[in-house]
Parts: sequence; C-alpha cells; structure tokens
Amino acid sequence: MSPDLVKFIFGRLTWDAIPLHEPILLVTFGMVALGGLTVLALLTRYKLWGYLWREWLTSVDHKKIGVMYIILAIVMLLRGFADALMMRAQQAMAFGEAAGYLPPHHYDQIFTAHGVIMIFFVAMPLVTGLMNLVVPMQIGARDVAFPFLNNFSFWMTVGGAVLVMASLFVGEFARTGWLAYPPLSNIAYSPGVGVDYYIWALQVAGVGTTLSGINLVVTIIKMRAPGMSLMKMPVFTWTSLCTNVLIVATFPILTATLALLTADRYLLTNFFTNDFGGNPMMYVNLIWIWGHPEVYILILPAFGVFSEVVSTFCGKRLFGYSSMVYATVVITILSYIVWLHHFFTMGSGASVNSFFGITTMIISIPTGAKIFNWLFTMYRGRIRFEVPMMWTVGFMVTFVIGGMTGVLLAVPPADFVLHNSLFLIAHFHNVIIGGVVFGMFAGIVYWFPKAFGFKLDPFWGKVSFWCWLVGFWVAFTPLYVLGLMGVTRRVSQFEDQSLQIWFVIAACGAVIILCGIVAFLVQIVVSIMNREALRDETGDPWNGRTLEWSTSSPPPAYNFAFTPVVNELDAWWDMKQRGYQRPTSGFIPIHMPANTGAGVVLAGISTLLGFALIWHIWWLSAVAFIALVASAIAHTFNFKRDYYIPAEEVVRVEDARTEALRSLT
Amino acid sequence: MRPNSRPQSRSTPLKMLALAPLLLALGGCDWVVMNPSGDIAAQQRDLIILATVLMLLIIIPVIALTLFFAWKYRRSNEQAKYDPEWHHSTRLEIVIWAAPLVIITILGAVTWTSTHMLDPYRPLDRIAPGRSAENIKPLRVQVVALDWKWLFIYPELGIATVNELAAPVDRPLNFELTSSSVMNSFYLPALAGQIYAMPGMTTKLHAVINKAGVYDGFSANYSGGGFSHMRFKFRGMSEADFARWTEEVRKGGGRLDGSRYLVLEKPSEKVPPQRFAAVDADLFHKAVNRCVEPGKMCQHDMMTIDAKGGLGMAGVYNVTTLEYDKRTRRGEQGGGFRSFVAALCAPFTGSTAR
Repeated sequence: MSPDLVKFIFGRLTWDAIPLHEPILLVTFGMVALGGLTVLALLTRYKLWGYLWREWLTSVDHKKIGVMYIILAIVMLLRGFADALMMRAQQAMAFGEAAGYLPPHHYDQIFTAHGVIMIFFVAMPLVTGLMNLVVPMQIGARDVAFPFLNNFSFWMTVGGAVLVMASLFVGEFARTGWLAYPPLSNIAYSPGVGVDYYIWALQVAGVGTTLSGINLVVTIIKMRAPGMSLMKMPVFTWTSLCTNVLIVATFPILTATLALLTADRYLLTNFFTNDFGGNPMMYVNLIWIWGHPEVYILILPAFGVFSEVVSTFCGKRLFGYSSMVYATVVITILSYIVWLHHFFTMGSGASVNSFFGITTMIISIPTGAKIFNWLFTMYRGRIRFEVPMMWTVGFMVTFVIGGMTGVLLAVPPADFVLHNSLFLIAHFHNVIIGGVVFGMFAGIVYWFPKAFGFKLDPFWGKVSFWCWLVGFWVAFTPLYVLGLMGVTRRVSQFEDQSLQIWFVIAACGAVIILCGIVAFLVQIVVSIMNREALRDETGDPWNGRTLEWSTSSPPPAYNFAFTPVVNELDAWWDMKQRGYQRPTSGFIPIHMPANTGAGVVLAGISTLLGFALIWHIWWLSAVAFIALVASAIAHTFNFKRDYYIPAEEVVRVEDARTEALRSLT
Repeated sequence: MRPNSRPQSRSTPLKMLALAPLLLALGGCDWVVMNPSGDIAAQQRDLIILATVLMLLIIIPVIALTLFFAWKYRRSNEQAKYDPEWHHSTRLEIVIWAAPLVIITILGAVTWTSTHMLDPYRPLDRIAPGRSAENIKPLRVQVVALDWKWLFIYPELGIATVNELAAPVDRPLNFELTSSSVMNSFYLPALAGQIYAMPGMTTKLHAVINKAGVYDGFSANYSGGGFSHMRFKFRGMSEADFARWTEEVRKGGGRLDGSRYLVLEKPSEKVPPQRFAAVDADLFHKAVNRCVEPGKMCQHDMMTIDAKGGLGMAGVYNVTTLEYDKRTRRGEQGGGFRSFVAALCAPFTGSTAR
C-alpha cells in the first residue's frame, strides 16, 4: 500500500504508537488484558451477557446508574492510585546521580494522568454516582427528571475514561500537568497525541457531566414530594442542588476553553499562542474559572454526606439546619470569585491579588460554620461509632488542617513562597482526600445497605478507615515539610540527598493508603460472601431520618408505591415519631421509563469520534460524526420509552415487604 | 486545690500558642522558606507564622472539641446528657459565625497591607529591618527562561551568565523576567517569593539578599522534559567580591549576540554555568518582543501598527514572514503549514500589493 493511503486510513496512528519498548506498560497491558478476558470469560460462562445488558447497561434506573458510576470510580481509582504509587517510588529513589526508573517523558505523563483521572474519573463519578443513587429517594421521587439522559450521561463519562485508558497502550498521554497550560500544551510544544487524548477525553466526559448536572437540578427543583419545601429538603439534597448548579454553570466554561485550545491545535488559530497576538494568560484564567468551582462541586456533596451521617449516628437533629443551608449557598456563590488565587504569581497587581485573597478567606467563614454545626450536632448526642461516623470524625480533624493551610495559601505574599511547592500538593490532597474521599467512603458505607439490602462488613471497614487516615498523614506531612524546604512539584529527579528521607516516608504513607484501598475491596468481597448475616430486612438499618430509609432495601424499581407526604424536616424520623403505618392496599399501576440501549450506542460512537480526531483519521471522524447525529435522530423515533408496572406486580412486591416486616417483629 | 489548678490549666494552652511560632522557627532550621536570607522572604516567612497562629486560635479548639465530644457523647457513656431534639441556639449560632469572621477580618486586613507592601512590582524601601534602601543604587538583572536553563543579563554591567546568578549583599535587586518559549516560574526561596516568567511578556521582582552564601534557584512551574534540571546557583557576596566576580566574567567568555542567543535558546538539559563578557544591549528587549531572529518584526512594532489601524493587505507581509512559534527551529514536526485567509482571497504578489 502506498504511504499516502496508509496515512489516509490510519492518520497519525502507526506501529510506533504501541509502546512495545516500554516494559512497564507491557506488563500493565498484560495484566489489564488478562483481567478483562477473565471477566469476559466468566460473563460468557455464566451466560450473564443478556442480564448485564438488560438490567444494567441499558438501565435508566437512577439507582443502578448510581451504582455503575461508583464502580467506574473504583476501577479508575485503582489506575489513578497506581500512578500515585509510581510517582512516590520514583521520587523516593531519584536523588543525585540516580535517575530513578522513570524517564521524564514517562514521569510527566504519569503526574498528568494521575491528576486528570483522580479529579474527572474518580472524584466526579463518586460524587455523581452517590447523588444519583440517593437524591431521588431522599425527595420521594421514582426516578430523575430525564432517565434516558441519565444513562447517556453515565456512558459519556465512561467514554472519557476509555479514552484516557486507551492512551496508556496506544500513543501517549499529555505531558503538561492536569490543566494543560499553554503554550506548553499548544501544538508548538506538544505536537504529539497526548494533549489530544486529554482534550477529547474531557470533552466526551464533560458532555455527560453537564447533562447529568441539568438532570439533577431539574429533578430536585421539580420532583420533590408534596410538602417538601426547599427548607425541608435534606442537607445532602441541598448540597447536591448547589453542586449541580455549579456544574451547569461552570462545565460549559471548561468545554469552551478546551474548544479554543482544540482550535489552536487543529485549526492553527492563535488564542493561546505566543505569537500573532495569542495570550496564554487567558487560558489560565478561563480554566480556573471552571477549576475553582470544580473543587466545590466535589466537596459540597461530601459536606452533605457528613451532615446526614452525623445526625443519624448521633441520633439527633442536625444542629443549625438553616445556617447549614445558607452556608452551602454562600459557598456556592463565593466559589465563582476566587479563581485568581491559583496564580497570584502571574503578576497581577497588589489590589487584584488582595481582592482574590480576601474573597478566598471569606469562604472559610461559612465552611467554619459548617464544622461547628457538625460539632454541635455531636454535642448531647448519643454517638454510635459505626464506620460512616468514624470517617466523619476523621474528616473533621483532618479537614480543618487542610482548610488552615488553604487560607494560608490565600495570603498572596505567603503564596509567593509556597505556590507550586509540595506544600500546595499536601494542602489540596489534605482537603480532597480528607474531605471528598473520606466523605465518599462514608457515603458508600452509609448507603450501601440501601442499594443492596445488606450492610458492609464493619471490621474491614474500620481497617480501611484507619489505613486511609494514618496513611494520609504519613504520606502528606512530609510533603508539607518539603514545601517549607522550598521543594517544588512535578520534579522527577532531585539534587539534594538530604531530602530523600522525607520522600521515603511519604512513599510508606502511600503504601499504607494502598492497604486502605485493598481493605475496602476486601470489605466488599467479605460482605457479599456474608450477605445473609449482614442482611437488613427493615430498609432502615441505621435508624435513619430521611425518606430513602422509608422504603425497602434494595428499593423496588419504583422506589415508593405511594409518593410520601412531607410535613417536617427529617421526614422519615417525623413519620416514625408519629407512628406511621405503611399502606398495604390500594395499589395502582405505576408509570415508569423504559430501558434503552441508545445511551451506550451514542456514547460509543462519541468515543470512536474522539479516537479518530485524536489520531487525525479524518474519514473515520466524518463517519462517526454522521453516525452520531443519525443515531440521535433515530432515538427520537423510539416511542417505546415508558411502560406501566401493573398493579398486581406492585401488590406482589409490597406484600412481600409486608411479610418480611411482619416476620421481623 | 481546684481554684489553684484552674488558672494554671487555662494559661497553658495560651503559653503553648505563644510558643508555636518559636517552635516553627526552631523546627525550620534548615527549612529555607522558614529561614531565608533575604529581607522579602523573611517578611513572607513572618506572615506565614502570623497567619498560622491566628488560625490556630480557632483550629486547635475545634480539633480538641471534636475529639472531646466524640469521646464524651459516645453511646456507651450513659451518664452524658442526651437531647435528641436540641438543634438550635441563636447565641451559639452567632458565636460560630462570628468567631471565624473575626479571625478572617484580622487576617484580611493583614492580607491587604502585606500584599501591597510585599508586591513584587514595588521597589524596595528597605533592605533590612531599620535600614532604608533610599540611597542605594539597585542592581538590574534581566532574566530569560530558556528551555531548560536560565539566562541572566546585567544590562548596567554589560555581561550575561547562564545558570549562574551573583549579586552583592544588601543591594536592592530589580529583576525583569521573560521566557523564550513556555511558562516558567523564577524562584529563589532564600531570596524572595516566585514570579512567573512568560513568553512575550515581562514580569518584575524586587528583592534583596542579606547574607553572603550560595543558594538554590530553580523553575517552580513545570515547563517540559528538562524541567527537573532547570536549576542554578545564586551567589550572594560582598560588594568587593561582586566587583571581582564581574571582572572574572568580563575576562572569560565571548559576546552574547542575537545569533549566539538563538543557539543557546534551543532545548538543552543540565546546562553547566556559562559566562559572557559582553551582551547586545537590546537582547532582552528583542527576546521579550520575540524578534531576535533577523528580519522578524518585533511584537511591539506590530502592536503599534495595529494600534494605528493596521496596514490592511500590506500587513499580510508582516505575518507571512513570521515563523509560527519557531516550531521548525526546534526541529519538531506536526501542525503543518499556516495558511492565510487574506492570501487566499487576494494572492499576494510581492511589493505591488496594496
């Protein structure tokens, strides 16, 4: 074949793109392939393909989509954490003459991938998954407002994750840092496919995130049970609302910014180039106008989880509900006017810097109020130290330190000496691990029995908690110290031998965290094996306070046979206090959305389109684009989008529950 | 015994708080950020300590209370009061909003003044506590971040160095910074906080070194493959030593002119220090305006033309002679050739175009 034809068919894709010369990648690929094949073989062996397709992949049930988001996040956590371990190992050995085992071109991809994966494909799916699972039940709804869109959003997120994973074995990932600042990320300095993988992975996943944001905002605004006014909404729903408002308002900025960078790279425009009037500082501003609200998108739902957990396990109403809500809203608004604190060192004037420094500090006031609210919920409570509560107390102690170093970094002259240092790295891991990750683990343990009908094994949960807590402090305290020694981030080899000990300690911390992750996985396996002993028939294993605990575990597809009526905050607690009697007759058919494979198809084609664009395979891009539009139009002609669950079926399910509840007493 | 022990126990945490900065400073013996050698960095260090102590006033009680409540109100402690409906107290709400507010108000005031006083663009008015900078002539240094090394030009002395910076002790230093390719951050922890060095732009930094010695400097903003080794030594020395050092530089090394700069600018790693006895006076200016290459129009000229309304079709000539981001010189592929819409509409025919 002529080279021109090959180039036409495969674009930039050649055999050189397959990293056959990288032993680390080959071994990884071998393991992933082996694991993947085993799963596929088992699925075939037990004839689970049909079940998987009908019950999960095409499902529009918010609970199943929520669970799938969380599974995606855990899978990607393993990848992102493997990156972290590799970085810690490299930095613990590369001193003086020793270059370590990772050359810069590999190391630089790893720290970029670690950041991108942990934020976009671990933290975001965890948060979105938990919101999906819980919010409709908390507001007494049967599903989200747009069930198909929900399925589509999930698969777009998967599509982005697939592209990031593909970059590991086909080509390379970006070597730019997780926000891909130009001019470094522009075509002149990053001509390879790495940045293109970055762009298209985020664009594909970004569509999913934005749509899921719209979906949940509409769900919360329009689908609350009768009587649930805004100020009677559970705090987790409140924080979810604020998070999704932030998503809807900020992700388009990310999309637009990346589109401009794409134009620079593909169409040779000059938005962010050095010459021809381009301005890279514009990109830095734009990306952080998205990037700062993004951290609140992650932390607010975690705050919501802690609010639910603390009042449940203290057996007490949340202290200061209204101030909690106002604090959340204030944080939501303020998060838009602090972005410049990420680059005080870019040379803005002193007045601009102080403005953004002070607005940043002001956020710590509502955040501080929240901490006090949790604190005073514990006061005069009767605290059950179940695993979710342990995560909460661990969070409170850890997070305030991260908050303190954050406010310190908001003082511009202090930031000048700490910016881009390992102190900064320690700070944001302190708030993201100590806040978001702890919160998500608390949430998973807390709502797992609701999703599956049995609790998670407490012993392995406690092992996991202690490993994470201790591991976090062992891993990141040395980074605080190193930052005060003036050590900067993203360095793959050091000159000063005396620093080594600190990096070795940090690496030990990472290994302890690894034990925490393993313990978490063991916890899930052990719990599945012991599920009969851990079974919860009541649907309310923790003596909960909000509506999701009023239905069975796992809930029926329709969640509630009758839409609950809300009179009070903590609606379920209130119902229990008043001696609520579950209705056992009078059931009617229930209108539900039907499953569809359109989400999988559309997201699959989008991912293919991204891949074709990354490799400049123009014919495939054109084909995929046309197919995408055609499939979307075809889906609009699918009129089998809803069905009725017959009354007899509802009666059967509800009678079974009545029977189960009776056998308990 | 009780009345006696109470005031004591009350004063202990306060004492410990007062000791906190001392502990930090002591612990930071070899922590350069906590123990710098320049007046600006020292003031930044003091600010870190002040802000930390201010915040610890609220952080320590919160942590202590969290652990205390967690312990006291545990389920097994039947003695502790249990009040499941207690969820509001206006007085307490005021306190929990006011306490952080007070701290942040103080810290905000400190931030406003210190940000202005320590603005890197602000010329120094003191070289050390109590020592005015008024009658001391500052030393100007122009800094160019190259891939992946640092070029220092001393315009008043007419010399230049690569990956080696020297300055006399107690003399204000006025840095002007730019970059030839991507963003870097110029950081000398012992001297002062960092500032970005960005292509096509200048940033400024004012600082002073108060102790003779050799210090580490580096780029603090990731800039590509050779970033980890983008380091240099900074020598603070007495005026006499600095004069001697200047003479040494003048004796060794050639002249740094445009063509030499273009060679130097090509990506390279772990570059040993180099010295140039002479340097083109307008080199920094050209580096900022991206016109070191002969024949390339400087950005400030182009901007001046554009500001006056541009040249119309003739302006295309300026653009076509530009090399896009010097890609070819870096020996990298990809991207393809630039095409110009204007040129497509009206094919350019040399000097006759109007």
